Amino acid sequence: MSDASFTPARRRPEIRFSPYEPRGFWRALEGVGAVILATLWVLPLLFAFWAAFHGAEYTTRLELGAPLTLENFRRAWDAAPFARYFLNTTVLVTLIFACQVVLGTLAAYAFARFDFPGRGTAFALVLVQLMIMPDVLIVENYRTMSRLGLVDTIPGIALPYIASAFGIFLLRQTFKTIPKELDDAARVEGASALQILLKIYVPLAKPIYIAYGLVSVSYHWNNFLWPLIVTNSVEARPLTVGLQVFAGGDQGVDWAVICAATLMTSAPLLVGFLLFQRQFVQSFMRAGIR
Amino acid sequence: MNSRLSAAVHGWLLLMPAMLLLVAFTHWPAVASFIESFSSTPRPRRPSRFVGVANYEQMLADPVFWQSLANNLWFALGTIPLAIGLALLMAIWVNDRIPGRTFARMAYFTPTILPMIAVANIWLFFYTPQYGLLEQVASGLGFASHNWLGSRETALAAVALVAVWKESGFFMIFYLAALQGISPTLAEAAALEGASRWTFFRRVQFPLLMPTTLFVLINAVINAFRTVDHIIVMTRGGPDNATSLLLFYIYQVGFNFWDTSYAAALTVVLLAMLAIAALVQYGWLERKVHYR
Repeated sequence: MSDASFTPARRRPEIRFSPYEPRGFWRALEGVGAVILATLWVLPLLFAFWAAFHGAEYTTRLELGAPLTLENFRRAWDAAPFARYFLNTTVLVTLIFACQVVLGTLAAYAFARFDFPGRGTAFALVLVQLMIMPDVLIVENYRTMSRLGLVDTIPGIALPYIASAFGIFLLRQTFKTIPKELDDAARVEGASALQILLKIYVPLAKPIYIAYGLVSVSYHWNNFLWPLIVTNSVEARPLTVGLQVFAGGDQGVDWAVICAATLMTSAPLLVGFLLFQRQFVQSFMRAGIR
Repeated sequence: MNSRLSAAVHGWLLLMPAMLLLVAFTHWPAVASFIESFSSTPRPRRPSRFVGVANYEQMLADPVFWQSLANNLWFALGTIPLAIGLALLMAIWVNDRIPGRTFARMAYFTPTILPMIAVANIWLFFYTPQYGLLEQVASGLGFASHNWLGSRETALAAVALVAVWKESGFFMIFYLAALQGISPTLAEAAALEGASRWTFFRRVQFPLLMPTTLFVLINAVINAFRTVDHIIVMTRGGPDNATSLLLFYIYQVGFNFWDTSYAAALTVVLLAMLAIAALVQYGWLERKVHYR
């Protein structure tokens, strides 16, 4: 491997190739391995696509010439109030993210730029939520919701997630990288603390808000256990719970229809991901690196 | 008003809304579970009363609790190393300029963004006896029919596999980011010294990836105790509690049997597990991960 300097000149010299990049046979072997694993990884999804777009008689018979059909989607759509579920989920993720942004921004600003007694303790208390999430506190949170009369409402699903340690931490880290001189200059100009936050901090953190948005929306679009517990009517149920009620109900085992419903539920995220792959991957990356 | 006082007032005012909700839905429920675990579940004719450690005595004598705890530990032990190992392999592959890397990266990451509940339905079909794809492939190769989710021996492994499939791509991106952050001069220097690729990985890349491994490990541990969506869809804890995880059992006790005090006691155990995991990781591993 020490003959790296003898490799032929490349067209784009600005990219530095690692001397440990596999070459020739090894490169091909690695490629084959990666593609085999990748194929295994998308296989369940491909299979769901196959079942959803073909008649029930082809669900387990893989024939290339089988006719395509949208019948399964129509049957799924007619069998359960999916339009309502879509609406509920959209309202839910929008409500959660909007509130998370407002509360998270204010708290992050306090942690990043204000020196107040108890700041360290308060921050430690926030970090506790990274380990102990509302997902595991279902029994007591249900009790609280029934005291507040919020059982079976969309705000009832949203409330435990609105103050998010993850968001506060992410925004605090970002705000801390903004030079303090900008604040001081604005303050000399007579700007109030809130004006500084809205005019300087929020615009500069825009990429982080986008990253946080993608992570938050996909998390709450997919969230299941808490919404399952706290809702029991079509009016409040999000898509995930609706899908489970549909698939786990007395549908028999019409896998073609269940696969169609499953794809329908995941479609917005799947299409979004395929269109904005880079942004998705970078957002999840950015959100994880602290 | 002097500026120190003003900063303190402003700081607390900004923090207050988030802090109130955080206390109401994270800290208070954790404390309330602890308090609740020492009382009896209120029934129509019998209000809740203090019962001491009765709920914990019940727990010690409850075989389903022990089974769920053991299942959860096996589930964690099975999924975490496999998911992290696969994630590292995926990241190394996708980081090299190999043919098909764009497709591979997309394929690995896709399960991450899909709802667990949806993919669990697809996997349920995958595993179905007689119809399922797995069954068809197995019978095509001449293996005997096997009910993967229906038999005690394979059910836990079958649901664990779904978790590995769902998580690996998510962990991959953190390794990928870390690999791309390693200075290329290190590889050049190692190559000059004549180190093999394996030596370079073991002595340079792997140690430099340790903080990432710790971060991924923490996430993996939390997920192993937090995610039960696939259990609810695929097995409902069965057969014969073979796939019942701790949180699933809490859900069952709390919302199917409505024994809220016992569910609170079980929650305390789950919180204790998470706290132990946090202490081990931050206290002990943190000091060991940083190279030199």
